[in-house]
Amino acid sequence: MTDRAPVLQLDGITKRFGPLVANDGIDLKLAPGEIVALLGENGAGKTTLMNILFGHYTADAGRVRVADGAGGLRDLEPGSPAAALAAGIGMVHQHFTLAENLTGLENIVLGTEPVLRFWGGRAEARAKAARLTRESGLEVDLDARVDQLAVGERQRVEILKALYRDVRVLVLDEPTAVLTPQEAEGLFAVLRRLAARGLAVVFISHKLGEVLAVSHRIAVLRAGRKVGELETARADRRAIADLMVGREVAASRRAPLEPGAPVLEIDGADVAASDARRALHGATLRVRAREIVGIAGVSGNGQAALAALIAGLAAPARGEMRLNGRPVARHDPRAFVEAGVARVPEDRHHDGIIGAMTIAENVAIEDIRARGFQHWGFIDFAAIRARAEAAIRDYDVRCPGPDAPARLLSGGNIQKLILARVLERDPRLILANQPTRGLDVGAQAEVHRRLLAARERGAGVVLISEDLDEIFALSDRIVVIHAGRLTEAGPPEGLDRGTVGLMMAGHGREDAA
Amino acid sequence: MIRLEARQSVPGWLRLAATAGAGVAALVLVAIPIAVAGVGVFDAYALMAKGAFGTVFAASETLTRATPLILTGLAAAVAFRAKLWNIGAEGQLYAGALAAVAVGSGAISAPPAVMVPLVLVAGALAGALLMLGPALLKLRFGADEVVTTLLLNFVVLLFVQMMLEGPMKDPMGLGWPQSMPVTDAASLPKLMARTRLHAGLIIGLVLAVGVAILMRRMVWGFEIRAVGENAAAARYAGVPVTATMVRVALISGGLAGLAGVGEVAGLKGYLTSDLSPGFGYAGIVVAMLAGLSPIGVIVAAIFIAGVFVGADSMSRATGVSNYLADLVVAMSLLCVLLGGFLTRFRIRLRRG
Repeated sequence: MTDRAPVLQLDGITKRFGPLVANDGIDLKLAPGEIVALLGENGAGKTTLMNILFGHYTADAGRVRVADGAGGLRDLEPGSPAAALAAGIGMVHQHFTLAENLTGLENIVLGTEPVLRFWGGRAEARAKAARLTRESGLEVDLDARVDQLAVGERQRVEILKALYRDVRVLVLDEPTAVLTPQEAEGLFAVLRRLAARGLAVVFISHKLGEVLAVSHRIAVLRAGRKVGELETARADRRAIADLMVGREVAASRRAPLEPGAPVLEIDGADVAASDARRALHGATLRVRAREIVGIAGVSGNGQAALAALIAGLAAPARGEMRLNGRPVARHDPRAFVEAGVARVPEDRHHDGIIGAMTIAENVAIEDIRARGFQHWGFIDFAAIRARAEAAIRDYDVRCPGPDAPARLLSGGNIQKLILARVLERDPRLILANQPTRGLDVGAQAEVHRRLLAARERGAGVVLISEDLDEIFALSDRIVVIHAGRLTEAGPPEGLDRGTVGLMMAGHGREDAA
Repeated sequence: MIRLEARQSVPGWLRLAATAGAGVAALVLVAIPIAVAGVGVFDAYALMAKGAFGTVFAASETLTRATPLILTGLAAAVAFRAKLWNIGAEGQLYAGALAAVAVGSGAISAPPAVMVPLVLVAGALAGALLMLGPALLKLRFGADEVVTTLLLNFVVLLFVQMMLEGPMKDPMGLGWPQSMPVTDAASLPKLMARTRLHAGLIIGLVLAVGVAILMRRMVWGFEIRAVGENAAAARYAGVPVTATMVRVALISGGLAGLAGVGEVAGLKGYLTSDLSPGFGYAGIVVAMLAGLSPIGVIVAAIFIAGVFVGADSMSRATGVSNYLADLVVAMSLLCVLLGGFLTRFRIRLRRG
């Protein structure tokens, strides 16, 4: 298929964000009627690449060319979404960009017509939208307001919006993340139909199964590089999994340590969640002192419920939980803090800091009731300031000072602040939930160093991460979470990534190995 | 294209300047209807200022009017800090007044040193308990406290009317629906001869300072701010969100209840169902004008009281309706809110 005249060609696309190389010399070709899957783990550079294509970012190097009417390739003006649209490139983002108080039709037409002609051209617009709906099979009520539509329907409106603009290349960023399996099947059928009519589709995903189901060709990205490209028909599941997660075993930075007494014991715990897949079912987990247990899994498989349980935010509906050998009496964040649990939240902006309060107040918040930080209910500002100054110094938090509002901090510095808050108490158990997500390489290394140092000091660590490299580099034992169930995979030595990858997709330990 | 950009941080001087600018803007805007009414703008404002602060008596009237506004303003300021939208200060004020009358109009007789604190505690408790219900409903069932507190205002007012027509009606009241008078022992002391100024003002000022200390210096205040700014992060960090909300509700309701005690035991002497011309609602305006700062509440309450007292006097002299006072207050609020918005955002014009 690659021998057909391409409709889109990317050559040597490189994009750096500070020290992080998000895209490193990526080439990609796309022919009309072809569905290419861009496969890779979180942070592999898929979305960055597509944002460059769509003009949200400007590449540091490389060129993007699009076929013009005559079939020749032309350079696309970089950094201009308008130019990308004019060249026939449409993108459906992970987070929809619909005006919720307008109808589907209004959203589809929005921006294509001058405001004054909008109402006049409505019948025409409706006819075109209806034709597209019919041809593509994207069934949706065009006259319902978007806020009345289900997520899957909204996505159909997004796709129709792109088709209405006569796109020749349609980019879908993780389109199935918000869909049920049945809806995803429906979407695949639509995509096949559109491709048969000559549309070129880029399908971004980290889910192996759907990529195999829908694409003609698979390009695998890893750490910003294209590490492989193959025809889907000739692809083997295992080979792709290996490509995606990387064969080479990252050098373990762990000094071997003899684990101590258990600090966390969870036995057969059920934790409810809004959707059964995100709940925890009969989870059993044992974490000892001087041990890092890595929880590997694809996002949305019960990690949040497990984290809530260990953070003291959720109580198990069934099952038992012991901290330092003692049964947990109160499932309450403060009781957990007092029992020596350090908790690093997944969403550090939302759950980690209070942006309007000062850095000093944010550092002290877990201890504000402790003796030494307050006397008779009056806060000892000198003490919390001293603590914050020590935190800023020891953890290298880049900030204007302890009295600056915490919202001024960058993501990496917020994480340092949270580490300073929770690690300075010499915790016995550390919950690190996606501790390096969204951080640059330097900040990632710093977080890893802190977790390893805490382990050497005698803490047990639960590391929940979607980054397999991180899991393999730090963990003494790996446990896989899938559909709310925990399965022991064992120590990373003698375990290969493909096996873990398949377990993450729901295969049992034996059948994966 | 007009774009709004959030400023990284808002310096203190800018916030003060914005408030002052908003006050000036409000006066300029209100000058238009004054001019339309055919009165000299400067004369009108001069008469207003004189009527509000021109004489010792005028100033004492303004401060008397400011007294309940300080307390209801504090009630709103504390609650809004925690994003607990207590719109029920009016009802809590009446509940406080009712409790004060129940305790202080002869049911108990004791010397003033016992009776005055007793009346104050009874009133504060009544206001606090009235606010507890909506807070618990919000915490337990997610019931919107704006609706529950607002509707409770009418419930309480009807209850007061029922009591004043029934069990608490003054038999010596010539048939008027009013309560028995508060006894001398239970009345708040007067502050100045030949004025209506009473000890409620001192209570309001002390509590404003107290609330300022609570919010800035104490663990409870820290927790209130944390819950208000980001309840999810506060909960994650172990701040007892439910207990904090309950505490805020009790403090807020108690402050509003005290406003009612002051009106009945410091000023009027007995309870009628028109005790408050909307002090509870005006407290929300006071709190917003003050930017939720407890010390700012004092200033804003005196400003609003001055506008109302001054407008009455100006109205008598010029014939311009004293509804002008409402206009000044409304314009000030809008200008202050707009000013706050403009300090938080930068406006950028861009072609594109």
